[in-house]
Amino acid sequence: MHIVVLTKPVPDPAAAAERLGADFRLERSASPSVVNANDEYALEAALKLTERHGGEVTLLTMSPVGAADTMRKALAMGATRGVLVTDPALAGSCVRSTMTVLAAALGAMTFDLVLAGADTSDGGGGVVPAGIAALLRLPYLGNAATIEPDGTSGRVRVRRITPTGYDLLEAPMPALIVCTQALGEPRYPSLKGIMGARAKEITVRSLADIGLDTVSVGGAVASTAVLETQRPPARGATRVVRGSAEDGAREIVALLESRRLI
Amino acid sequence: MAGLWVVAEPNADGSLARISAEVATLARSLGSRSGREPVGIVVAADPADPARELATFLPRVVAVADPAARGHAWAAVAAERIAAVIRDDPDAVVLAGAGPDGRDLAGALAALTALGVLVNAIAVDWREDRPKVQMSVFGGKLATTSTFTRPGGIVTIRPNTITAEPAGSPGQVEAAGVPGELALLPVAVIEEVAEAGAAAPIEEAKVIVSGGRGVGGREGFALVQELATALGGAVGATRAAVDSGWIPYAQQIGQTGKIVKPRLYLALGISGAIQHKVGMQTAETIIAINRDPDAPIAEFADLLVVGDLFQVVPALLLALRARAG
Repeated sequence: MHIVVLTKPVPDPAAAAERLGADFRLERSASPSVVNANDEYALEAALKLTERHGGEVTLLTMSPVGAADTMRKALAMGATRGVLVTDPALAGSCVRSTMTVLAAALGAMTFDLVLAGADTSDGGGGVVPAGIAALLRLPYLGNAATIEPDGTSGRVRVRRITPTGYDLLEAPMPALIVCTQALGEPRYPSLKGIMGARAKEITVRSLADIGLDTVSVGGAVASTAVLETQRPPARGATRVVRGSAEDGAREIVALLESRRLI
Repeated sequence: MAGLWVVAEPNADGSLARISAEVATLARSLGSRSGREPVGIVVAADPADPARELATFLPRVVAVADPAARGHAWAAVAAERIAAVIRDDPDAVVLAGAGPDGRDLAGALAALTALGVLVNAIAVDWREDRPKVQMSVFGGKLATTSTFTRPGGIVTIRPNTITAEPAGSPGQVEAAGVPGELALLPVAVIEEVAEAGAAAPIEEAKVIVSGGRGVGGREGFALVQELATALGGAVGATRAAVDSGWIPYAQQIGQTGKIVKPRLYLALGISGAIQHKVGMQTAETIIAINRDPDAPIAEFADLLVVGDLFQVVPALLLALRARAG
């Protein structure tokens, strides 16, 4: 079973130092880069599937060339190899470009499943995987809590989380699946994994390598543009109440009443 | 004339999702500012009821009857049908919700059209010939205002951004032509399983009472539920509570769960670590009950009651009931 996992390096949310530059593009030097947390669930799911069914896991990333360092962290978890699509023309890419580029890169790869995380902690869009699936005419199975491929029938079953429970989906492979945390905790890289990751192959591909040009994708043809940024309005000071439980309850009721929440 | 299209998303029972009523209300207000006619699009096996419901918010609704919308994952089917409806409108502005269905729809529709996507709008305005969209990025640490580089595009709107209000008079429903073959393979829904838990998406709740590690277990969540019921709200949770198996993942709020923007967020036994904060910090009012006065949540709650939630919450329930008479 060959699985491609889409991984995006993002500014570490825990460092809380994310910034946009004067061009409204992410200032990558402002914050340490990590593998997007939701992508780690997809990678963990892929590793478990290949441990059970055999096969290999390939990471696919579109990012500036420095992303290779972040990809090593995901390789240390156990992925077999990485593919990094990088090109100066991709700076400032919109969601459309991202889906087009990743779809083109996938078009040149062989796989049974493509796994992606639910969304990213920086942009938080969560729309790219569905776009890739539509471009490649792959069955799309979103919001997955379980993934069960059947090698004999060539089909895969997924529990898609719904507000009220789950839908059991079934589709032929190859298919694209969006993973959630419900699939299980990502493993920590072992020391052996970290050492081994240094020797693993990361193939770097330019736009030309995947058959695209700067007229169809990239910052120059972005479909969206940032006009301005604002700091969200600061929250008012916190009122801290100590005392009896009844005092606390009274304060809460008073606030709810004053804000017409009850 | 370029259109302002509203995508009708379905609830599990086929009725119109509340987010779609909110999006329709927004479209109506943009309609008067943009000079564009707001039009709803319903794609369903039996679109009559949701179309009539959507028409209480919009002057015109196009209903596409497609048997494949039942028994298959909805978004890809709907995206293909909507792409066909708007085919002759290259500058279409399409509005959808920012929940799981809306996201899937927006991604697929962008791939099937030449439209760009702006996601998770917390406010939408109009500038000249196109929408101007405010969104929150980096988990709410920054807001950006963006637009499209051409007059058309797809915008997904966060729940609770606007209050749904029906129009003065109901609009017209018209049936679209018989759809042709689908190019995208519909994904079969083999089984729909209902589990105990929320009856509606947590993102849509106006009031959320959330529990964290301090709630201590499933029994503790019964108390969280009791308070949520008393306030007419939904139950949320931190990742620690979900990981402990006290509550389903669908109710997790935070970086790897849902992003919510309720009018009231009551945090019980929640420290307010950054991973949780990014999921709820745009709530209008945040009230925390926590034993630790130095917990991070003390920095962004409106009110922090320092105390044992197992004493404060029962006292609060008594006070609320006394008030209700």
